[in-house]
Amino acid sequence: MRSDRQNRAPMGLKIAAAAGLLFLHLPILLIFVYAFTTEEKSYQWPPPGYTIKWLGVTWNRPDVWESLALSVKVAAISTLIAIVLGTLCAAAVSRWRFFGREAISLLVILPIALPGIITGIALRSAFNLADIPFSTWTIVLGHATFCIVVVYNNAVARFRRLSTSLIEASMDLGADGFQTFRYIVLPNLATALLAGGMLAFALSFDEVIVTTFTAGHQATLPIWMLEELVRPRQRPVTNVVAMVVVLVTFLPILAAYYLTRDGDQIGGHGK
Amino acid sequence: MTNAVSFTAVSRHFGSVRAVDDVDLEIGEGEFFAMLGPSGSGKTTCLRLIAGFEQPTSGQIRIFGEAVEGIPPYRRNVNTVFQDYALFPHLRIIDNVAYGLMVRGVGRAERHRLAEEALALVELPGYGDRRTGQLSGGQRQRVALARALVNKPRVLLLDEPLGALDQKLREQMQEELKSLQKALGITFVFVTHDQGEALSMADRIAVFNQGRIMQVGSPEDIYRRPNSRFVADFVGASNVLPPDFTGTGKWSSLRPEAIRLTSSGGKPARVAWHSFLGGQTRVVLDSQGQRLNMLLPSTEPAPQDGATVRIRWNDQDIHLMDDDR
Amino acid sequence: MTVQAAIVSPKRVGPAGELSDSLWRNPRFLLLLLLTPPLLWLGVIYLGSLFALLAQSFFSIDEFSGLINREPTLKTYRELFVPANLDILIRTVSMAAMVTIAAAAVAFPVAYFAARYATGRWKAVFYLGIMLPLWSSYLVKVYAWKLILAKEGILNWLVGKLHLTWLLDAYLQAPLIGGNSLSVSYTGTFLVFLYVWLPFMILPVQASLERVPASLIEASGDLGAAPGQTLRHVLLPLALPGIVAGSIFTFSLTLGDYIIPQIIGSSRLFIGQAVYAHQGTAGNIPLAAAFTVVPVLIMGIYLYAAKRLGAFDAL
Repeated sequence: MRSDRQNRAPMGLKIAAAAGLLFLHLPILLIFVYAFTTEEKSYQWPPPGYTIKWLGVTWNRPDVWESLALSVKVAAISTLIAIVLGTLCAAAVSRWRFFGREAISLLVILPIALPGIITGIALRSAFNLADIPFSTWTIVLGHATFCIVVVYNNAVARFRRLSTSLIEASMDLGADGFQTFRYIVLPNLATALLAGGMLAFALSFDEVIVTTFTAGHQATLPIWMLEELVRPRQRPVTNVVAMVVVLVTFLPILAAYYLTRDGDQIGGHGK
Repeated sequence: MTNAVSFTAVSRHFGSVRAVDDVDLEIGEGEFFAMLGPSGSGKTTCLRLIAGFEQPTSGQIRIFGEAVEGIPPYRRNVNTVFQDYALFPHLRIIDNVAYGLMVRGVGRAERHRLAEEALALVELPGYGDRRTGQLSGGQRQRVALARALVNKPRVLLLDEPLGALDQKLREQMQEELKSLQKALGITFVFVTHDQGEALSMADRIAVFNQGRIMQVGSPEDIYRRPNSRFVADFVGASNVLPPDFTGTGKWSSLRPEAIRLTSSGGKPARVAWHSFLGGQTRVVLDSQGQRLNMLLPSTEPAPQDGATVRIRWNDQDIHLMDDDR
Repeated sequence: MTVQAAIVSPKRVGPAGELSDSLWRNPRFLLLLLLTPPLLWLGVIYLGSLFALLAQSFFSIDEFSGLINREPTLKTYRELFVPANLDILIRTVSMAAMVTIAAAAVAFPVAYFAARYATGRWKAVFYLGIMLPLWSSYLVKVYAWKLILAKEGILNWLVGKLHLTWLLDAYLQAPLIGGNSLSVSYTGTFLVFLYVWLPFMILPVQASLERVPASLIEASGDLGAAPGQTLRHVLLPLALPGIVAGSIFTFSLTLGDYIIPQIIGSSRLFIGQAVYAHQGTAGNIPLAAAFTVVPVLIMGIYLYAAKRLGAFDAL
């Protein structure tokens, strides 16, 4: 319980906190303004005028569509792989005590704990050594590796709340292992997996550092953006793409937030 | 007649811990059987061995004559009411109760009809559409009971079934469980650490300590004729007397209500302190260095603390124990 | 009941019933079955690649033919310590340290407010207000700063409007931190790093502050501590595991990044850029591999120290 006296934050703290949040959000908002500027050649502020014509121009750019399609494809496949592998790992770690259990949690976290460039160059040199040509699958391989951890974290948290006696009760009532998984474990895990999957999708959709090493000549949307950043060709199109990327990544994040927030009621059991 | 459950030299070890240690046990068909003991005494492990959640390290378990070694819980026609009830939070009450029928392939209409019947049996008719979160502790327990009974188990296992309920509800459920068991004729095996619960409900009781069964018998037997210091002490707070005190050469037990005040003869004792329990007064005495508990009806005046009184008991109230554990 | 049900039900027909029974009898086998796919992926493919990379750092490159010589040698590591490469290492590590300190300073008030004063709706606003920038596109965030720091961009415009151009110019004259414009100075690089990694610092600090009971702060005030003293003697020590946990991210991410300094900053290289350049056009995989060992070593030591401080509980 908080009393009224505690509820009043000092003015200095309020200002500092607000400034911190503004610092985080203003640059992103700026993207939305630039998407509608009439200026083509520079990043002039304030924009000399506003137009929606770049939305149409971007819409008609096949290279943008191709990159988007590749990104969605890679993110979807990586997410599916991450969901399977992350859930298996989470199930093993939460249901058993075994030698090397700590090492497995460390192994799962390693791909995001190490700088992305290390994962990237390691995979690339491994592809070279094994004579594997670059393809969609080499990108997926890298992405799934660092997506496992988000699914794993969500699933482990949910497994922890899923009481062992629920599984025993199901078996006691005549359900074998597969039926118990289908009727009890999966429904209780579903929202956590969905949330983990959304985050994994967002992570993969946005990844650029590992991708530059594993993509070869293919361009995912972030790679397309990176090229535009290094050598700007058509700035207004980049502005529009940046805005769309922001919108597209926000949706899964919001969805994941609401899914895990309600999860407290779904995952808890009566006592 | 075959026994509902029989254990032959059953042990269950977890590493170096002997949770169940060489237990022999027979539970008759239609019996209301209690496994009583302090926590960690092996009673719950025994229950889990019958259900199939644990496998014996050695020995053999038979249920209605059939050896159940290697038979998974889902193929044993035995059901459990869990201590935390373990109701499925994502299912409605009716689907919780019908779960066992559903996984056996009973059609939807039929299983809902049977589940509704089972809910009526535990006096929760019409509760099927609710969620587990909307029920009180007592109601959850009834649902757990209905969910087990709807499968018509040959043996019903209950793990501390009344542990989470308040005193009043607990007494009511004791009665209901007892009459339900009589009406259905199913063998009930229940685990408890509450000796009052075991004494009032069970036909027979097994008292567990440190993975072993100390004594099996009727509530009367266990209460009046404990075979060991542990049972005497754990069941009914008897006075456990060393061989020297009675001069019999054996440990013995003496129930507190068997001790009476007397004006002449008997043994002298000093009143250490007393406390008022409602219908009775508990008087703690010190007699020749031996601490004794005595229960006096409240109608009699309680002696002053520190006073010296004389006490006596009938020789037949001294129960000699063969086992000195 | 006329017919008593059998005490043991028959197996479920089909392979599923058979498999379920045998898995139940051999839980270790089930564990193995669960662990095999992720271990093959992470343990064999991922760790295998990492070790292959590490192994290559002990190879060397023939200066004349440009071919890789596969005899184990420490020659490549010696190359790491020539002045030019040492510069890169020092530059990167100092940048990572600066970014970490600044991130902690900016994150603390936000995290503290969110942990202690935000309730109900505001709690959600703060949570999403930190999560959304954390998860929104890295490149878009970098791009936004390219817009902000551009010569014709919003920052210069704002400085002009406030008639502070002279101040900015004076700042840019300064050695090391200055440059021709903000977008090609270390200050620019620093600002973008700070911006991009800030949410990674706020979350763990907030998590550690959430665990400080409000009564503790009141007790400190009650005992006569001024707010500043409470901050220094009570809050900061309790928030330290969170700050250390957050610094793992800010430090590690800065060490390995090669895109931000390439887009915003001077032309002098950071570790990530050096790795990228050596493995790419130069084809000097051994030196690139040796460069990657540096962040791995630093982070290894850092993680070990953090674990001893109990920082992982705040993650």
